[in-house]
Order: sequence, then C-alpha cells, then structure tokens
Amino acid sequence: MYSNGYIFRYASIMVILVAAILSAAAILLQPAQERNVKIEKIQDILKSANIQSTPSTAEKLYEQYIVKEIVINSAGEEIGVYAGGIFETGNRRAFDVDLKTELKAKHLKAQGKPAQEPVYPLFVCKKDNELFYIIPLQGVGLWGPIWGNMALKDDFNTVAGVSFGHKGETPGLGAEIATEIFTEQFPSKTIFNVEGKFESIQVVKGGVANSNINPVHGVDAISGGTITSNGVSAMLKDCLENYVTYIKNQKAI
Amino acid sequence: MSTEKTEREPMFSAKIKKLLIGPLNKDNPITVQVLGICSALAVTVKLEPAVVMSISVIAVTAIANLLISLLRNTIPPRIRIIVQLVVIASLVILVDQILKAYVYDVSKQLSVFVGLIITNCIIMGRLEAFAMANKPWPAFVDGIGNGLGYGVILIIVAFFRELLGSGTIWGLHVMPKAFYELGYVNNGLMILPPMALIVVGIIIWVQRSKNPDLQEEN
Repeated sequence: MYSNGYIFRYASIMVILVAAILSAAAILLQPAQERNVKIEKIQDILKSANIQSTPSTAEKLYEQYIVKEIVINSAGEEIGVYAGGIFETGNRRAFDVDLKTELKAKHLKAQGKPAQEPVYPLFVCKKDNELFYIIPLQGVGLWGPIWGNMALKDDFNTVAGVSFGHKGETPGLGAEIATEIFTEQFPSKTIFNVEGKFESIQVVKGGVANSNINPVHGVDAISGGTITSNGVSAMLKDCLENYVTYIKNQKAI
Repeated sequence: MSTEKTEREPMFSAKIKKLLIGPLNKDNPITVQVLGICSALAVTVKLEPAVVMSISVIAVTAIANLLISLLRNTIPPRIRIIVQLVVIASLVILVDQILKAYVYDVSKQLSVFVGLIITNCIIMGRLEAFAMANKPWPAFVDGIGNGLGYGVILIIVAFFRELLGSGTIWGLHVMPKAFYELGYVNNGLMILPPMALIVVGIIIWVQRSKNPDLQEEN
C-alpha cells in the first residue's frame, strides 16, 4: 500500500518532469513551426496572383515576384515601404503586419474605444511586366476564422485573382470557398462602380443572376454554406474599404 | 519447453511473436475489439494522412506501453489512470509538435485528430490491460502490434477510399484516362465518412467469414 505522501510526491515529480520535457520540445521545434506558418502565408499570397508554388520554392518565388511591400495607415499614407531587402520609408514590413490585430484595433476605434492606430499591409507583385496589388483578407466564417488574399490589377479596381483559406468550415459546404469552383468567379470583377464609388464584391445567396446586384460586383454564394458565404462578403468589405483612401490618392497622382 | 521457468525469455519467443502478429488478425483492435473507430473514419480519405496517423499511433502506443511497464511497480494504484493519461497526453503533444514542425501539410489535414489520439481507447486499453502487468519488452511489442493492427485497417480503408473517391493513390493519378472517357466518375460518396464505416464493415465481414471462431453465436 502506498502512503498519501508517496502519491503526492509521485504526482508532483511526474508533472514537473513532463512539463520540462514538453517545454523543451516546444522551444526546440518552434523555429521550424514558425517557418512553416511563414511559408504557408507566402504560398497564399502567391496563389492569389496565380503563381503556383511548393513549400520548397515558395520563398524564392516570393523574392522574385513580390517587388514591394507597403504598409499604409487609415489616412491612405504609405508609412512603410520595403523593396528588395531595404526600407525605402519607415521601418515596418507588410509581411510582418498581423492583420487580425489591426482589424481589431480598427473596430475598437470605430466604437470610440482607445486603440492603436491601425495599419494595413499591401503587396506589390510584378509578373510578366504587369503589376498586381495584393490585399490580404481576414474575417470570420461559421466555425472559425477565414482568410484570403485578393490580387487587383494596376487599375486598383479589377480583380486578377483571389485565394481563400479557412480553419474549419463544413466540408463540402462552407469549405468550398477554398476551391477553384468558388474562386474562379472572382477574376474580372470590379470593386468600384463606374462613378468610382466603393462597392466591394458581394457573395450573393441564390445567385447573382437572380438578384438586383450588378454582376460585376457579385459572385454566386455556395448552397448550404450561407453563413460562410456571408462571412466572405463581410470580410471583403471590411478589408477592402481600408484601402479606398489610398487607392483614390494613387489615382489622383 | 518451459517446464522449468528460465530467467530470461528469448527476444523473439513464440509469445512475443503472438503479441506482434495477433493484433493484425484475430485480436485486431478495430475489426475485432471495435476500438478507435472514430479516428478510423476521420483520417482515411487519403492515404498519406492515414499512414502518418498510423505511424503516430504506433509510436504513442509503443512508447506509452514501454514507459508504463517500466514504471508499473512504482505507480500507486489509486492514481494509475491519471499517470497513464499524463504519459499518453505528453506523448501525443510531442507527436503533434513534431508533425507541425516537419510535415506541416499533413498535420493540417489531420488537424484535431492527432490531439484525439489521447482519447483513442486502444492506447488506454493496452496500458491498463497489458503494460501494467507485463515486463517492458513484451509491453513494447504489444504496443507496436496493436498500433500496427490499427494502422493496417486505416491503410486498407484509406487505399479504397482514395482510389474510388479521388482516383488517386498517394496523390498520384492511377485511374486510366480511358476509364473516364468511357463514362467512369469518381465516387463522391467514398470521400464522406459513412463510406469509411461501410468499408470497415466489409473488412469485418471478410475477416469473420475466413475465421469462423470470430463469429459470435446468436
């Protein structure tokens, strides 16, 4: 028979040992894990500009195609420009901006609560002598976060390509946003109307053809994936609107 | 043979072999003991995650069995389940971290199911039923055997589901183009969880018709 003292000692030593082993493993494996997350982010960005990459080629292709990283503030000013390994303005890289925190700050500010001044990342991609502007997206779906990247042509209006990802939307329904069937609807849609007013792109339940939304600002939603589809709509509006001032400034120049 | 009990058993005695081979057939954890079914349904859409999952489970059962068997004489019976759970949970977290670091894509596909190895009844069952009462080496082999028994079923199920559901094996297209031109289509139902249950059912059927002693009497 074991005494209570023995049981307590046994349990304490076991817990301390296990904690030490697990912490050591977490610290040792962290660099490799972070690198994987970074490579996934790069692949997502490249995918929106229709550049196919594998985990091993991603970093090289990124250096080759992404010619500039810009960080803008809500007034549409460039506060960080990073190109070819050096900072032209400021000291922030678009790649290191955590869009989720920035959007949170933006929403807090909108409610009148104290928050940091939000900044937004923008990637400039040069492919076959054409410039594309890639805007990262972040939003919520039905079960968890959804995210993506949208590549705009150099008129800052026409969509060149888009990629979406999700944490755990329903397979076969909401999860379809990450498939080509859904994303291939986006190219050649526009985010501004003819008068230059920001319209975003709506994901329309029941199909764009059956609604009163202009087909250049809408795509068909996924049947059975309404909440995820609405999440995509909200995400596009929430993220793209941050660039409207910047885009208008660019066009005025 | 063993009328007089020897001090050391040979490394691969008949008993050890039975521990290793048994779970592959007559003591299979999935088809005979019907344990660990949930993960068998979830990770068998494609062959690659199924293989990674099998390797993870083999590693966890074997090492957990070994550790518990080494500690078996020191574990106070009143907290033995807690000790077993701590060992399993730590191993599973380690496996999860390693997968995230070295096979990130697969780790994303397996998502929560690696974490759910903790709740896989096979592992807990083997610790309680075998490792607590046996020496380290047989316990280790028993862990490998049961992990293999689980893995074999997973891989068979994944093979058929990937072949018929996506027309691929390990991500490579194997269904000839000519089949598709003749009007063959991939069976979308194979990708959904119910078909895993049906494939497991077919395996159980085949296995029981070959081994009449597995058939229960009504």
